[in-house]
Amino acid sequence: MTMMHETPVALPRRAVTITIDGDEVKVPEGATILDACKVHGTDVPTLCYGDTLDPVNACRVCVVEVEGNRVLIPSCSRKVEPGMVVNTDNERTRHSRRMVLELLGSSVDLSAAPNVQGWMQQYDADPARFGDANTMRTVQQPVKVDNDLYVRDYSRCILCYKCVDACGEQWQNSFAITVAGRGFDAHISTEFDVGLPDSACVYCGNCIEVCPTGALMFKTEHDMRQANTWNEAEQRQTTTVCPYCGVGCNLTLHTQDNTIVKVTSPHDHAITSGNLCIKGRFGFQHVQTFARD
Amino acid sequence: MDLRFPDATPTLDEVQALDSVLGPSLIAEGWEREHGGAHRAEALRHRLLPSLHALQDRIGYISHGGLGELCRRLDVAPAEAYGVASFYAMFSMEQRPPRVAHVCADLACQALGAGALLDAVQAECGPPNQTGVAGAWQPSPCLGLCERGPAVLVTEAGAPAHEAVVAPAIATDVAVALRVGPRGLGAEAPVVDAVPQASSPEGRSALVLLKRVGVVDPSSIDDYRAHGGYQALRAAAAMGPSGVIREVTDSNLVGRGGAAFPAGRKWAAVAGQPVRTHYLVCNADESEPGTFKDRVIIEGDPFSLIEAMTICAFATGCEQGFVYLRGEYPRALEHLQHAIESARSRGYLGANVMDLGFAFDIEIVRGAGAYICGEETAIFNSIEGYRGEPRSKPPFPVEAGLFGKPTVVNNVETLVNVLPIMLHGGQAFASIGTPGSTGTKVFCVSGSVTTAGVYEVPYGATLRELIELAGGVPAGRTLQAVLLGGAAGSFVRADEIDFPLTLEGARAHNTTLGSGVVMLLDDTVDLPTFLRRIAAFFRDESCGQCVPCRVGTVRQEEALVRITLGQRPAAENVHDMQVLRDVGRAMRDASICGLGQTAWSAIESAIDRLGAFEGLSS
Repeated sequence: MTMMHETPVALPRRAVTITIDGDEVKVPEGATILDACKVHGTDVPTLCYGDTLDPVNACRVCVVEVEGNRVLIPSCSRKVEPGMVVNTDNERTRHSRRMVLELLGSSVDLSAAPNVQGWMQQYDADPARFGDANTMRTVQQPVKVDNDLYVRDYSRCILCYKCVDACGEQWQNSFAITVAGRGFDAHISTEFDVGLPDSACVYCGNCIEVCPTGALMFKTEHDMRQANTWNEAEQRQTTTVCPYCGVGCNLTLHTQDNTIVKVTSPHDHAITSGNLCIKGRFGFQHVQTFARD
Repeated sequence: MDLRFPDATPTLDEVQALDSVLGPSLIAEGWEREHGGAHRAEALRHRLLPSLHALQDRIGYISHGGLGELCRRLDVAPAEAYGVASFYAMFSMEQRPPRVAHVCADLACQALGAGALLDAVQAECGPPNQTGVAGAWQPSPCLGLCERGPAVLVTEAGAPAHEAVVAPAIATDVAVALRVGPRGLGAEAPVVDAVPQASSPEGRSALVLLKRVGVVDPSSIDDYRAHGGYQALRAAAAMGPSGVIREVTDSNLVGRGGAAFPAGRKWAAVAGQPVRTHYLVCNADESEPGTFKDRVIIEGDPFSLIEAMTICAFATGCEQGFVYLRGEYPRALEHLQHAIESARSRGYLGANVMDLGFAFDIEIVRGAGAYICGEETAIFNSIEGYRGEPRSKPPFPVEAGLFGKPTVVNNVETLVNVLPIMLHGGQAFASIGTPGSTGTKVFCVSGSVTTAGVYEVPYGATLRELIELAGGVPAGRTLQAVLLGGAAGSFVRADEIDFPLTLEGARAHNTTLGSGVVMLLDDTVDLPTFLRRIAAFFRDESCGQCVPCRVGTVRQEEALVRITLGQRPAAENVHDMQVLRDVGRAMRDASICGLGQTAWSAIESAIDRLGAFEGLSS
């Protein structure tokens, strides 16, 4: 993954020209349709796409029409080919995007997912149309609170696979969680659904970093939302360097009322790509413990 | 990798079960990872599915201790192994009685009284999925015994495990099976009973692919040779790999699994890949409700599949072949396993096949109850020991398939077609059928029909001719509709059956032949119940990876239930019909694989062609 402040040292890549909504767009070979859309300035909604992860193209909200193809194409993973003719915003793509938003909205709590409410309006999505909320199957369930650091609210989970990939071979290599079950019953789980303290979890929190819907949340944030004191508008973000070791990971401290409420990490950092360890992610209590016991 | 394993310990039974597939565990824990590392773990991963089978077969479920031991031996993370095991319907993650009767509740059996059987079983044996008893029963998707439904598969855990099918079944059979186990059941009907054409000389003379079923002893390689076996491989050896591909290309043979992709093009693409190893995967996971042709071929003439795979391997440079056999086929497994062992012991498989100077061997991978694993890329993930989720294409299997290597993946019927092509040449094969659809096709005729079974006819016979060949609907009934291609196919009306059964003929009539399912529905079949079953099937079998299919199949079923059950104002039905169309269109357009893309086809055709809900929405 090319990071913003990285200097590319590879050979220059051939440029590929494709057509997006009638305009010619030139992007380097190997770029995805989504990359090309960004170059073109076309807005494409994404949910399961992660800027630090391989695309899994599971949510299908980013589908576009590529002429000559029978079905719609996920723009987040399909690489550009010379001469591709892409339509991002016609009746057909709008229909599928609207349906994905409606299907997710009807089964998952999307209230903590950034951007989604805007897309719902943009695509005229009405998740309530699938009938009586009492008979519709949803993924409603109690929040899993089994440790002091973060909670898992799978009623918000859209099954984007990002937490599994971040926990597994793409970043942390802990393999504490997986997708288990099948179909509508598929869900994120540890082995036999044991609690996190009994699992292989190392509390790096890299799964929280990539979660697009707030299903994985700092316990501080969860508690404040419960108490109705969570107020993002009043929060400040300060990026600093983690003091614990010599790697020099960047931390973005989210503070509200001069108190750290959660920690993220910039995704465009060349070394860490948004990943931290338990100390950097959760070890901030000492900063705000003022009395010496 | 530094994995963390659970503390639960396995029982002696579980250790022995794992020993039987993985060999004894001689090495102290920790050593393997230090000395083998990630490479070794990767090399072992494809043993995961057979190991899960071993545990399930031994004690009837996958326990914490058993899974933990398995993970230690294979160096697989426990969460990952759990994710894989819980993907498959045949693996139970909770303690379950050792005996389980799987009672088919699917489409073909439904037309043959599965509904009444399920009620009777419930009355005689109690509710499904009981615990704390010696045997429990559960409703099951299609068992591929459609020619003699309603069907039941009985499994019994132990050392060794036992499996048997009983079809047609009555409730007493299930009660007996649960009390004394599968060994208390009578012998299975002969394979040839599934081939009605074989009962008369003129019928038999029309058979090409099925000609040896019922004639040859499926357990004897000598008998196979006495009936023309291995002549096709000799012919192939004489013409060389490129000659084989030329003939297959000239024959215009296309895939018989449903997608109808030209086999010659696939083979040529793999043969031309400089990357090694090349793999051959035979897709024998036929799980499309109403499909049972591959089962009949494997049970009745297993050596023909082995020979055909060997020819394909010779032509495309594959060193290793896999037969992915669906888990619900005990007799096919037994016959094929025996046939592979005899072929190996006689030099027809192994390091130097028939002294022709090439190496090829075949391994059977047992499926574990997942329709999606018949998808051509999900099958790779399943064999490799991952969840059977489809991969996104490109890359295509011919470039990067099984284990990331160039792979030929063909259906059983597609492969056995290669034998007549080798013996008589591609041109002769292409002269059978029509220019657009060459050769013969094995159709699975089931449902409300006088003589159900597999019928082999040249492409171009009309649907009416095929139905007449099977004796039509039972006397006194009238034909309501025909479901072509199974749950993923589409309906045609009784007055639409005069079109030729060819790829182009089906396309012109806006339908599909799919895998060759021809399921008849007479006037006694309740169409709404039948449609709800189709919807329930897709809901159960969706892998859950993509949103349109995972949630769409659920919303589709809910809307269908609302429309068909209970009296409602027409306006509400109109609303739900629009929901069906909107969801269906998104599933077709935006799902990852063919399962989601076709999950609405049959229901759409029932609405548009059969006028299924006309009275309800006006």
